[in-house]
Amino acid sequence: MDVLMLSRLQFAAATFFHFLFVPLTLGLSVLVAIMETKWVRTGDEEYKRMAKFWGKLFLINFAIGIVTGITLEFQFGTNWSRYSRYVGDVFGSLLAIEASAAFFLESTFIGVWAFGWDRVSPRLHMVSMWLVAIASNLSAVWILTANAWMQHPVGYVIRNGRAELDDFMAVVTQPFAMQQIIHTVAGAYILAGFFVMGVCAYHLLRKQNVEFFTRSFRIAAAFALIFSLVEVVQGHVHGGEVAKIQPTKLAAMESLWDTTDNAPQYLFLIPDEKNERNLVEIGGIPGALSMLAYHSPSATVKGLKDFPKEDRPPVLPTFIAFRVMVGLGLLFPLLALIGWIKRNRLMENAGYLKAMLFAMPLPYIALQAGWIVAEVGRQPWVVYGMMRTSDAVSPISGSQVMGSFIALVGVYTLLGIAAFYLLARYARKGPQPSSSEATA
Amino acid sequence: MLESVWFILWGVLWAVYFALDGFDLGLGTLVPVLAKSDVDKRIIYNSMGPFWDGNEVWLITAGGVTFAAFPTTYAVMFSGLYSALMIVLFALILRGVSFEFRGKLDSPMWTAIWDGCVVLGSFVPALLLGVAFANIFEGIPIDEAGVFQGNLFTLLNPYGLLGGVLFLCMFTTHGALWLAVKTEGPLHDRAAALARKLWLALAVVAVIFLVATWFATRLYDNYLQNPFVFTIPIVLIPVILVAALFMMRFYMGKGSWWKAWFASGLTIIGATLFGVAGLYPNLLPSSLNPAYSLTIYNSSSSPLTLKIMLGVALTFVPIVIAYQSWVYFMFRDKVTEDHLAYDEAY
Ligand code: HDD
Ligand code: HEM
Ligand code: HEM
Repeated sequence: MDVLMLSRLQFAAATFFHFLFVPLTLGLSVLVAIMETKWVRTGDEEYKRMAKFWGKLFLINFAIGIVTGITLEFQFGTNWSRYSRYVGDVFGSLLAIEASAAFFLESTFIGVWAFGWDRVSPRLHMVSMWLVAIASNLSAVWILTANAWMQHPVGYVIRNGRAELDDFMAVVTQPFAMQQIIHTVAGAYILAGFFVMGVCAYHLLRKQNVEFFTRSFRIAAAFALIFSLVEVVQGHVHGGEVAKIQPTKLAAMESLWDTTDNAPQYLFLIPDEKNERNLVEIGGIPGALSMLAYHSPSATVKGLKDFPKEDRPPVLPTFIAFRVMVGLGLLFPLLALIGWIKRNRLMENAGYLKAMLFAMPLPYIALQAGWIVAEVGRQPWVVYGMMRTSDAVSPISGSQVMGSFIALVGVYTLLGIAAFYLLARYARKGPQPSSSEATA
Repeated sequence: MLESVWFILWGVLWAVYFALDGFDLGLGTLVPVLAKSDVDKRIIYNSMGPFWDGNEVWLITAGGVTFAAFPTTYAVMFSGLYSALMIVLFALILRGVSFEFRGKLDSPMWTAIWDGCVVLGSFVPALLLGVAFANIFEGIPIDEAGVFQGNLFTLLNPYGLLGGVLFLCMFTTHGALWLAVKTEGPLHDRAAALARKLWLALAVVAVIFLVATWFATRLYDNYLQNPFVFTIPIVLIPVILVAALFMMRFYMGKGSWWKAWFASGLTIIGATLFGVAGLYPNLLPSSLNPAYSLTIYNSSSSPLTLKIMLGVALTFVPIVIAYQSWVYFMFRDKVTEDHLAYDEAY
């Protein structure tokens, strides 16, 4: 395999792995901060136990989220050096700002939070968790602004043989970045909500710590409900933006080959990439695609055949990933809504609890699928319309990348197993007995 | 002018990173020598507990700032040093999770694996960061197009290895002093005794390194050729370096461990800046032809980016220093066996 393919595989493996842990960090930090705030407000020790129990799971997840991020930060230099040279003037600053404004804050105050329970006042302790939550989410804002720039470059001029910054405000306030930020962060909150609900369901099914887990469940259900609704509405708007700025991606998402007015949306469809057509198309809703993309049933949607072959992304993965994400995206509000309605009668609904236990992996799948849509759908460009991925790769030897790729997959697999094993173990163990139970 | 300001900032960021993460990398390396029991190990890990992660972010920031201010240097440096950097990253990854994971299962084998990762994950970066910087001082084989014409073993030349040994000495001394600060009883005594021995090794290696630098690099040329630009550094940096080295020994003798630790940090900063100042205005000298070298002029970002990033750096770095200092102050007391009963302790 050549350096390009290996570097792509390596980058994909590293980001996917990083993003297995990032969303829980983003969402659970907020949930733990909310729990701790309730403790400080009401003085109810049960909330402190909650913050401690969920906080412990948070710490395990956080440790691995952080270490896997470090590789990513340097991979732009190691594997995509020609990319870094060409766009570093714009792109590098966003990463540097992320580090100085967000990473310092979160990694310093997580130390205060973990080691400070009996050292700082409850109020300051709570503030530490909020700082961690805010900083994690800020880091998402900056990295996604960087990613949005690759999806839709703005605010630059081509000068001195590279892309140079021309308008910083245009880069940091571009609407597509806002879309990606809201969409990804809301997705992460859904994941955290479902994670907490799933763990609660496990214990409630065993009738352990019923009060504790019912209360935790209520907080998580409200959280998941709000953000899964946000996700559906905003995801639709997001699709509209994609239609505007990346027509090739939209066509691949929908496997649309010919430019069509009044484009239909098929309920079931099998793409046939080789012959530039769809093998099966069933259940077309006339005008639905035009409506979704351009808010008018008669609008024209461009098909893939209108673009030169070398400018088209891989259709099959983009298409499947999009369907998976949207399908799950429609399921989540439903599950969360049921949970919220039954929040006071959970123990009587064993079937629902079981479903929630098995629903735990689904948001993980939806998030990864979303990134496949965004990243694979962007191909063959590394910066859409500006720089091709094949022009971005470092001039290094394939054997080096082969070595690091094998090491990365090996080490990450072992670490991933260890991390999920610990998470499952500590989730099953349940909270520490409360002080009244302990003395009784 | 803007480029020179960024050059200084670049050097300072790396120097601060070495001075901070240096102690926990050094201490991690020393665990097998210093710890006689599991309790000792846990005391050592918890003595770095609230700090090591915040320290490591200085590395991420130094990398990020290299990307933002000197993108061409970032691209050439990290793709050229590919294998070495990957090894450092894997080491840091394993080390980073070890602290959190090691105590989470009641299995001696589990704990032993992660303990091994701490040692290896501390030793390898300490050594390789030194090797990398010595190679940069020396010049690396980059051609006209910025392509690295060598491999991992090119970097492991005698001068590069000497740089690695120097970093190991600096970091382990720094780490032993930290443990002396943070503990009491027999563990403290062992750390203190070891720090004194390591100081001697450090002094010897430092002298050898400075002499070798005369032969292997052009750093001194730079000091001698540019007397005007270098008036201040020429007088100040080496003086600080030597003074800090001796202050360190002096405070060790008096048992003022905090002061000795600060002096050790200052030594690391002095040593880094001494090398970096000698590079100016190069960032990555080419050993093939000086004309291929990457300098602050031919590898920097546009003036607009440099200005914006200067604003960002001058805003955030002081804020970061303020709250990190507060955390060091907050957790300044000694770690004892009592602390290990704490729920979130490592
Ligand atoms: C800051 C920029 C950035 C961010 C936030 C992400 N990516 Fe990305 N991604 C890239 C920048 C990038 C890249 C450097 O542009 C790559 C490398 C080569 C390429 O094609 O684009 C890329 C490729 C790439 C590929 C390979 C696509 C292909 O080669 O066909 C996948 C699957 C992902 N990414 C997945 C992700 C995931 C799961 C992310 C969530 C963390 C993610 N990306 C965040
Ligand atoms: C490819 C691009 C990415 C790079 C280069 C990158 C870089 C990093 C680095 C260096 C860290 C470690 C910071 C520390 O030590 O505190 C980190 C952690 C983190 N990153 Fe990323 N990251 C990327 C993608 C993302 C995305 C897309 C998100 C969110 C939407 C994200 C969110 C986070 C969060 C929340 C953390 C905190 C620790 C954790 O993961 O649990 N990152 N990242
Ligand atoms: C019905 C609901 C949804 C719709 C219509 C939708 C729409 C979209 C679209 C159009 C994109 C591509 C954006 C791009 O190419 O940059 C995208 C990306 C993405 N989606 Fe969704 N989505 C939905 C639900 C979800 C859910 C439930 C999750 C996760 C829990 C999720 C996670 C993601 C992620 C992580 C990305 C990549 C980042 C980004 O581009 O924002 N989506 N989504």
